[in-house]
Amino acid sequence: MLPLNATILQITEESHSVRTFFFDLHFETMEPGQFVMVWGRGVNEVPMGLSRINSITVLKVGETTSKLFELKEGDSFGLRGPFGRGFSLPSENEKILIIAGGVGAAPLSPYAEAAYAVGSEVHTILGARSADELIFEKRFLGAGKVYISTDDGSKGIKGFVTDVLKGLDLSAYDKIAICGKELMMVSVFRLIKDRKVLEKAEFSLHRYFKCGIGICGSCCIDRSGFRVCKEGPVFSGMQLLDSEFGRYERDASGRRVQI
Amino acid sequence: MYVLTGLKMKNPTILAAGILGTTGASLCRVALEGGANAVVTKSIGCMPKKGHPNPSIIQLDCGFLNAMGLPNPSYQGFLQELKIAKKDSGVPVIASIFGGNVVEFMEVAEGLLPGKPDAFELNVSCPHSEGYGAAVGSNPCLVEAITAAVKDVVNVPVWVKLTPNVSDITSIGTAAESGGADAVVAINTLKGMAIDIESGYPILGNRSGGLSGKAVKPVAVKCIYDLYATLKIPVIGVGGVSCWQDAVEMMMAGAAAVQVGSAVYERIDIFSEINTGIKAFLQRKSYSDVKKLIGLSHEMV
Ligand SMILES: Cc1cc2nc3c(=O)[nH]c(=O)nc-3n(C[C@H](O)[C@H](O)[C@H](O)COP(=O)(O)OP(=O)(O)OC[C@H]3O[C@@H](n4cnc5c(N)ncnc54)[C@H](O)[C@@H]3O)c2cc1C
Ligand SMILES: Cc1cc2nc3c(=O)[nH]c(=O)nc-3n(C[C@H](O)[C@H](O)[C@H](O)COP(=O)(O)O)c2cc1C
Ligand code: FES
Repeated sequence: MLPLNATILQITEESHSVRTFFFDLHFETMEPGQFVMVWGRGVNEVPMGLSRINSITVLKVGETTSKLFELKEGDSFGLRGPFGRGFSLPSENEKILIIAGGVGAAPLSPYAEAAYAVGSEVHTILGARSADELIFEKRFLGAGKVYISTDDGSKGIKGFVTDVLKGLDLSAYDKIAICGKELMMVSVFRLIKDRKVLEKAEFSLHRYFKCGIGICGSCCIDRSGFRVCKEGPVFSGMQLLDSEFGRYERDASGRRVQI
Repeated sequence: MYVLTGLKMKNPTILAAGILGTTGASLCRVALEGGANAVVTKSIGCMPKKGHPNPSIIQLDCGFLNAMGLPNPSYQGFLQELKIAKKDSGVPVIASIFGGNVVEFMEVAEGLLPGKPDAFELNVSCPHSEGYGAAVGSNPCLVEAITAAVKDVVNVPVWVKLTPNVSDITSIGTAAESGGADAVVAINTLKGMAIDIESGYPILGNRSGGLSGKAVKPVAVKCIYDLYATLKIPVIGVGGVSCWQDAVEMMMAGAAAVQVGSAVYERIDIFSEINTGIKAFLQRKSYSDVKKLIGLSHEMV
């Protein structure tokens, strides 16, 4: 597909460095966890999870995201997608645990809402560096119970999402969905594996994307050769056993860099 | 068993350069899960290269436009990937390499030798990387010199991949043959461009790029047909193959084997599908051997 033209209808400030851009397209078939390729014209095109059928939520980190932050309501960008495999939806009466770190809350918030809509019980561990960087707390609260952790203790418990996770009975959950920084996800992975519930867990991975549609190979992970943009970005815990996850990734040139 | 420039393959279908070819693991996957009978790596150069800004690939109705910009981890970075592909893929692994001049080509080829590639494919044909690829590949003298130089430093077959973006592809093919190439590979992508009419911006980060997929097949068939008529060395066909019928057509034009690139996007196991299709076709038409197809259309006058 060629990039679709997305006109920005509204911009909301989620924190000092995170903004949500609502646009005039509706991806009705979107599975929570799927992503779009966002083209800042004349700059670059980068992957972003859909935070709703008509929004993306962007953390400002570098050149492209800074350019996106310069856009105003009425401006537009290009969009290709939605692509990839999202989180598997729970069924009615299932109990799910969501673990969201920082902007990882973006693709997980529509997941929480979709799970709530089918009648499953939703618990969320929402983590951030500090209280003002917590994203979508209200949306997760609307879907169920929320535990909060902040690195500086400004809200919830002082520490990491894993400090909350340690205290929970994981056998009570049917599904566990995780998105956040890889270092956070890998400590969750280890804990969940030790508790022998890895087969219930799904992780959303971040690798360098070029095509976003499974042709170039820049996002492939070892040792499976899975394409994060096509077979992922959401993988089951079992698929990540004996993989590069948590150890290294590849940069734009394909060179391995340590996580 | 099928032998192509000395490489033993079960069937004549090969993964084309630059598609899922950046890591050893993905090359193994295309061979094991996809049924490719040989795999060509991403084109590798002297220095790590990030490639052009995105969008670097877009899908059109008739194929793909790409301007990757030869991203690669350099031969030093790629050696470990090549070793994995060699160890676990179970098929011949062909190292695709590029450079801006004779010396760079030699450096990369020698640098990858410890990974024991089964052959080299010289990319003198990328249409959208300044100073590399087609800039080199439209100059017959340079193509001959580069081919001869790489042949000198390696002890495995050398294939030369040609660009269709020249007025006479056979003159470049002849240059490769004179330089000692064991085969030519045709074609790389055709120059192309797409513009976003909402904004007027060219869509590719590099503004323009190369066209591949279904749209280029008739161009590839004609190039292969002409090269087959001119050269003594085998011609390996590539460009727009997406089913067994396309592969048969290319072989009838003169291809000794067929590479598949863009179509891998839809299904990795396209290689198995093509192999099965060709086998059934040979049976239906009572051809004793797949080799009977090669260049068949040249006799039909
Ligand atoms: C499936 C997926 C979903 C994502 N969803 C979100 C989201 O919802 N919200 C959000 O804020 N961010 C998300 N990201 C991360 C986002 O793509 C990067 O933050 C963005 O690309 C940074 O671009 P930049 O030019 O501003 O930064 P740069 O300065 O160019 O790079 C900063 C870092 O961003 C990453 N990055 C840069 N370009 C790419 C690329 N083409 N592909 C992947 N990573 C890249 C690299 O890790 C790099 O180290 C997602 C990434 C992936 C793979
Ligand atoms: C995304 C992409 C990357 C490519 N990278 C390379 C490359 O690194 N080296 C090369 O020689 N050809 C490269 N090619 C060209 C292909 O190998 C092939 O010649 C061309 O795409 C035509 O075949 P197809 O229609 O089957 O894709 C690339 C093509 C695509 C689509
Ligand atoms: S980004 Fe190209 S295959 Fe995933």
